[in-house]
Amino acid sequence: MNRIPVRVTVNGEPTEHDVEPRLLLVHHLRETLRLTGTHVGCDTSNCGACTVLLDGEPVKSCTVLAVQADGHQVTTVEGLAAGDGRLTAVQEGFRREHGLQCGYCTPGMIMAATGLLAAEPDPPEHRIREALEGNLCRCTGYQMIVNAVRWAAAHAGETFDVATGPRQAEGAA
Amino acid sequence: MIPARFDYHRAADAAHALALLGELGDEAKLLAGGHSLVPLMKLGLAQPAALVDVGDVRELSYVDERDGVLAVGALTRYRDIERSELARRLVPILAHATGRIGDPQVRARGTIGGSLAHGDPAADLPAVAVATGAVMVVRGPGGERHVPAREFFRGFLETALQPDEMLVEVRFPASGVEPWAYEKFSRRAQDYAIVGVAVVRGPEPGIALVNMDSTPVFCAAASAALGRGEEARAVAELAAADGRPPSDLNGDGAYRRHLARVLTERAVRAAAI
Repeated sequence: MNRIPVRVTVNGEPTEHDVEPRLLLVHHLRETLRLTGTHVGCDTSNCGACTVLLDGEPVKSCTVLAVQADGHQVTTVEGLAAGDGRLTAVQEGFRREHGLQCGYCTPGMIMAATGLLAAEPDPPEHRIREALEGNLCRCTGYQMIVNAVRWAAAHAGETFDVATGPRQAEGAA
Repeated sequence: MIPARFDYHRAADAAHALALLGELGDEAKLLAGGHSLVPLMKLGLAQPAALVDVGDVRELSYVDERDGVLAVGALTRYRDIERSELARRLVPILAHATGRIGDPQVRARGTIGGSLAHGDPAADLPAVAVATGAVMVVRGPGGERHVPAREFFRGFLETALQPDEMLVEVRFPASGVEPWAYEKFSRRAQDYAIVGVAVVRGPEPGIALVNMDSTPVFCAAASAALGRGEEARAVAELAAADGRPPSDLNGDGAYRRHLARVLTERAVRAAAI
């Protein structure tokens, strides 16, 4: 079986593995690197649950071969919180605004929203909706997800303690 | 879903890609952004023995203005076309239609050359290339040849490209492609068009339909009628009579003709402003 060396910087850490060319990036992340925060949803590049940042742009990792990421930077949902575990504004926004119910689509939603806010720090609501066009949620009806992204835009650059509950964090903020 | 096994080759530049294609013959497929090919491979509908990855060949990623054309490198990603000030100014229908492909994640990966070489009649850019009268620059072992977009698409997922050739650039007329309109109808925001239409009014009008046949459809009679200044309704009737629309779960042929008429009428009116 032919294997190809793949060097990807994942969440800031250089990684190197020999992989089969047909290995999908999402499986490389979940199975080789054990980063299971990135979900496989539809597996047909529709639902966006597998969204990660590739060189800062949201992509669907079920439709990228791991070999295509060679030499590039990947950020997964595990890479958002800083080393001290403090959440980004997007992560905290989803918590505050109840931007999830079952949570399956959430890592992809958060990565798509993170990519949007990096490019457009203060997007109008229609831009948020366009940026999340490739992410399906079957629970929330999207409004609360949009609210979560708006909340994140309003708190750009702040970080949040994961241990404090939303109520206490409200007082602290 | 996991693709069948294949041999993988990474091209350092366009010359290397052509050399690999020459070596591997018609067993090999070029892999650009992979957003048409990889889904087909995952479904088992495409099983190339070898892939030549040109995704990191940056020399073919550019949007330039030269000699009256907007020259777009074949490996320019949708995102870069959508954001290109030059494309938006000179060939706005291209920038607009590119911004309506799939969703943001797809546009971060897919390339113009990948879409055109794939030749899916349901895709947006083939019809835009046909309507604007774009020219494909094709490079092979014997050098370069130019193929008008209106002669490039030969059948379902079939183009004028030979197995040892690659599309390197797409040239759009940098003037005369306004006013314009692009209309597409799909059930969900990210879906392929059930039917779409690209209309360029310009001195040389061009109307092309998306997903109304096994190739993008150049509507010669409707384009001529638009040039004569006929009414939107009459132009739309002519466009809707073109092509041999497929029937599938999204709609039958008659419904597609209905959509083609409505969308063309709407686009012709929009392109009048």
